Amino acid sequence: MGVPFLLAVYYSVSAYTIYDQSWRFVGLANFAQVVRNPVFLETLGNTFLFTFGSQFLGLILGKFGAFLLLRPFPGRGLVRALIVLPWVVPIALATVAWQWMFDSLYSVINWTMIALGIISRSEAPNWLGNPHLAMVCVIVVNAWRFFPFAIVIFLAGITAIPQDVIDAATVDGAGFWRRNYQIILPMILPIMTIGLIFGVVFTFTDLSVVFLLTNGGPVNATSVLGFEGFQVGIVSGDVSHGAAISLFMLPVLFFVVIGMLRFIRRREI
Amino acid sequence: MLNALGKAGREGAFFGAVALFVILAAFPFYWMLITSLKSNSDLYNVTNIPFWFNEPPTFEHFRYLFDETLFARWLLNSLVIGACVVAITLVTAVPAGYSLARLTGRSGEALGIGIFLTYLVPPTLLFLPLSRIVAELGLQNSMWSLVLVYPTFTIPFCSWLLMGFFKTIPVEIEEAAIVDGCSPFGAFIKMVIPLSLPAILTVVIFTFTLTLQEFVYALTFISSSDQKPITLGVATDLIRGDIFFWGEIMAGALIASIPVAIAYNLFLDRFIAGITGGAVK
Repeated sequence: MGVPFLLAVYYSVSAYTIYDQSWRFVGLANFAQVVRNPVFLETLGNTFLFTFGSQFLGLILGKFGAFLLLRPFPGRGLVRALIVLPWVVPIALATVAWQWMFDSLYSVINWTMIALGIISRSEAPNWLGNPHLAMVCVIVVNAWRFFPFAIVIFLAGITAIPQDVIDAATVDGAGFWRRNYQIILPMILPIMTIGLIFGVVFTFTDLSVVFLLTNGGPVNATSVLGFEGFQVGIVSGDVSHGAAISLFMLPVLFFVVIGMLRFIRRREI
Repeated sequence: MLNALGKAGREGAFFGAVALFVILAAFPFYWMLITSLKSNSDLYNVTNIPFWFNEPPTFEHFRYLFDETLFARWLLNSLVIGACVVAITLVTAVPAGYSLARLTGRSGEALGIGIFLTYLVPPTLLFLPLSRIVAELGLQNSMWSLVLVYPTFTIPFCSWLLMGFFKTIPVEIEEAAIVDGCSPFGAFIKMVIPLSLPAILTVVIFTFTLTLQEFVYALTFISSSDQKPITLGVATDLIRGDIFFWGEIMAGALIASIPVAIAYNLFLDRFIAGITGGAVK
């Protein structure tokens, strides 16, 4: 009956035993070494910045987008299909397209800014070559990838609210903002939380955007935990240290998930 | 009069905002398209207007992609991987989803939530242990390692999706079939499966597109070019040293993106229901 479930569990369990093996071999020495490495601390900071920056940006864009799509208008189906593109298309391929748009010499973004007279060619930013700009780039790409998902989640939540609840509030004299913040937002909070769980988890652990866009650079400026774990564990072949780095994601994920699940429960009662 | 003007202004602002969102979302894909059709001399000239063709469009990049690179092979690899993973997922997720749906009480719910939580275990946490398993099975550098690994995330997701669907089928249908002389298994095969064909089709499409989208495991397990799936091949193999074959890369990305985008758009609502449905109830 639960064969497939057991299969999934089997994989996850055997995964953890391998972690356990390497643990037993070296004790906590790996972790101690990892924590002492300044690059790792930078990575950890980057991961949080990357996750919360892109989630925040994504949620704002998502809220506005959902607000626009809520109203029926001709061509809404097509608009929705286009707007969800960033989320449904393989992220690795979309990231490559962004990399081309950020290209140091042929960047279309720079070209537009030069054409509009905002900057001159000599001061055109090298998006992926400057540590701060590179971080902005990975955050923007990730927010770009996430915001259609946020839109869809908001829409699903809002359309599930019975119209008479909103009507009743309007009759009772609640204005637009009041309806928005005191009725709609609390009612879509559970579904928003689910969306945020996915967003945070996928962003916190993702490496494909960073790997393809900046390769962690320049000089580790955009390195995140997943990427660092990959570099150390697979590219350098130092499996135990890579595993130690990856494991730093676990407590964060754990607290995020537990906190959010409890939150949902409490709201349901 | 002033009122009408105000209304027109609001309409304009509204559609302007919609247009802005569409451009924001879809511009990179337009960019893929136009890059893939431009000749190199047009692409690599900083004085040309980048948004339109300054020289006649060409299919040269597409020709090069199929004739001079392993692109066709990557396409085939992805199809084979996808088909195998779909088969494995169906064989396991259909009975799993069904039994979860029919399990009543706390244990069923707990198992359901357990499956929901397996979504949240990220590939970046598992790729190291899984890479050891793959190495021990002698599958490193082979696309079959992906056939082995992908079901670990497709099965939980599809079981969850199917569980929600099976719950909507009344138990009475099977009970009636059993009264009429069917075995419980027979009732499942003859009554439930035909009724759930739409859900099963959805699962097939999602599984397939999930395998097409995956990147982390493919990146970790496969380094020889002829074993790569399409996403990995396009993203990593069309770069020789420092030279990016942008026209070819964009052409490849476009070919790989279009079917996934269409499939997802058609089934988007069910996908959302699958993610949120069970958790929010």
